[in-house]
Amino acid sequence: MILELLQLAWIFFKIGLFTFGGGYAMIPLMESELVSRGLIDVNMLYDFIGIAESTPGPIAINMATFIGNEAMVQYGFLARIFGSIVMTTAVALPSFIVILLIATLGSKFLESKFVQEAFKGLKPTVIGLILSVSFGLIVRLVFPMISFENLLFDFSIFQFRNLVILIILVLLTVFYKKLSPITLILVGAMLSMIVYSVWS
Amino acid sequence: MKKPHHLFELFWVFFKIGAVTFGGGLAMMPIMRKEVVETKGWVDDDDILKILVISESTPGVFAVNAATFIGYKIQGFWGSLVATLGVIIPSLMTISIISFFILQFKALTLVQYAFYGIQAAVALLIFKAALKLSKKIHFDAFAWILLIASILFATFTNISVLWLLLIGAILGIVYGMIENIRGAKA
Repeated sequence: MILELLQLAWIFFKIGLFTFGGGYAMIPLMESELVSRGLIDVNMLYDFIGIAESTPGPIAINMATFIGNEAMVQYGFLARIFGSIVMTTAVALPSFIVILLIATLGSKFLESKFVQEAFKGLKPTVIGLILSVSFGLIVRLVFPMISFENLLFDFSIFQFRNLVILIILVLLTVFYKKLSPITLILVGAMLSMIVYSVWS
Repeated sequence: MKKPHHLFELFWVFFKIGAVTFGGGLAMMPIMRKEVVETKGWVDDDDILKILVISESTPGVFAVNAATFIGYKIQGFWGSLVATLGVIIPSLMTISIISFFILQFKALTLVQYAFYGIQAAVALLIFKAALKLSKKIHFDAFAWILLIASILFATFTNISVLWLLLIGAILGIVYGMIENIRGAKA
């Protein structure tokens, strides 16, 4: 149990350390580190993200709390609470240490050419990773059997109801640009309850 | 600049900020500014601006970055620790409670239906986040190549995202060096 916890904490520490560009930039890292190692199911991950987005607090902290709790599920109540605390600490620790160093030593080195150049490469890479995650999620919703990373192009299952929901949500975001994330999630939830109840 | 009467006052202010902000770190900033600059007068706008700039080029959770920096400005190390705990603990409590009920909740058929739409909304939110980030960079040929390569490698291979990020950073440095050499020759 302790070993499992430490292994997961190390992953969250790395996620905290390598996230550039806000909470959403963390999602590709989580998919890559957690899903491909079999620590969490891909559907569960995105269900969690939906909940983390619709509850108060930073999305990264919400996700760490969730997954910490979930990972300890077979060990009982206290272990689950403990798991959440450990994961949340692990994901927050890199930020805390880096900013504390900058607050005490100054931020001069951030202006160095080296750092600026590294960011010139990092930024487009991060955007590409985030785009890839959203494409993957959209494709998986409509064609659940497709697995790009295993080069498996199986169109045998077609979820037309999800396609309908997606199209309506896209139209909504195009026409109402000011829609807040929570509103979009709530609208999505209601819409799919209706669509699936009608077409079940 | 004023000081909080007690570390608990500092904790409480950041706790409230963590408890009321939806949608992540940047959404937190206006509320944080109002509390620590206008209401309490613990730091000034200059510090708020500074942490925004620093967060652009440091890794990590934005809300934690901001709490650590502002907490430090107010009360040194203990200030940073207390502010960070304050901003984290509301999430820890809310999500822990939800975690214990999520399985029962998800067993309901209607809730299962809802999650298809929630995932669709999340996919669009992630896409929008990428568009928003892309407005912040200047797209030259180098940036386009990296962007496309990153999409292709992330989508069609199992290479860890950590490696892709590291390679992106190294290529940025290498590209900077080449530009410098070319600049020196010209």
